[in-house]
Amino acid sequence: MVPLSWYIMLSAALFTVGVVGVLSRRNIFIILMSIELMLNAANINLVAFSHYLQSLTGQIFTIFVITVAAAEAAVALAVIILIARNRGTLYVDEFNIMKG
Amino acid sequence: MGSQIIFFYFAVVILATAIITITRRNPVHSVMFMLILFFHIAGLFVMLNAEFLAAVQLIVYAGAILILYLFVVMLLNVDRESTAPRANRYWPWMAGFGLLIALEVILLVARGSFPQAAGQTMQQPAGIGAKDLGMLLYQKYLVPFEIASIILLVGLVGAVMLAKKSTKE
Repeated sequence: MVPLSWYIMLSAALFTVGVVGVLSRRNIFIILMSIELMLNAANINLVAFSHYLQSLTGQIFTIFVITVAAAEAAVALAVIILIARNRGTLYVDEFNIMKG
Repeated sequence: MGSQIIFFYFAVVILATAIITITRRNPVHSVMFMLILFFHIAGLFVMLNAEFLAAVQLIVYAGAILILYLFVVMLLNVDRESTAPRANRYWPWMAGFGLLIALEVILLVARGSFPQAAGQTMQQPAGIGAKDLGMLLYQKYLVPFEIASIILLVGLVGAVMLAKKSTKE
């Protein structure tokens, strides 16, 4: 049997990869995809606990996480289209309109 | 033993494709590797007796969200991808801190004592499958279900409102 701790370690490692992606990359698309990586890491954690506690609550929560991720991806991409239309660049360190 | 080997394969491919995803120069390549990642996460869900969630993951994440990303990436194609620096100035610090956090969590979990006997039986849990998920969604978790539908409506209307061209008379 696969121990529960293995799933938690995998979820933590995947979450960390997502965090490093958000903090390091300049391209806005890679940052958004790293956010999706983090959400998937949380999903793995939830489903693992749902299996090991013999409860369906974890899977219900995962359905809602996937739903929110879909809505967030749609709105975030609409905002990126606007930024590309108005600012002309897709690199986050060039969004410096608020810098003093 | 067999399930451990399968889990090991899924885990290695998931982590490898995740690291490859965040290091590609071309966002289209990143999306392709994320597709492989989502397939393997769905495989993990099947291993955890969550077949409905595996199907939902493939249909929604791999089949809708990634396609949306792909369309927008291809629409906003940037020519500077081949020469622009990929990461900002602090990426070694971020990678180091990330490694530190991951090692800390893995150490904590490996030293902790999980009740190995909890729920590790091979028997099917009391309620699995789409029917039982549906019963829960419509009885116990009805309010979050309705709120999720409102979230989707807001996302739909918001995305259209934000991205449409304004027609000034």
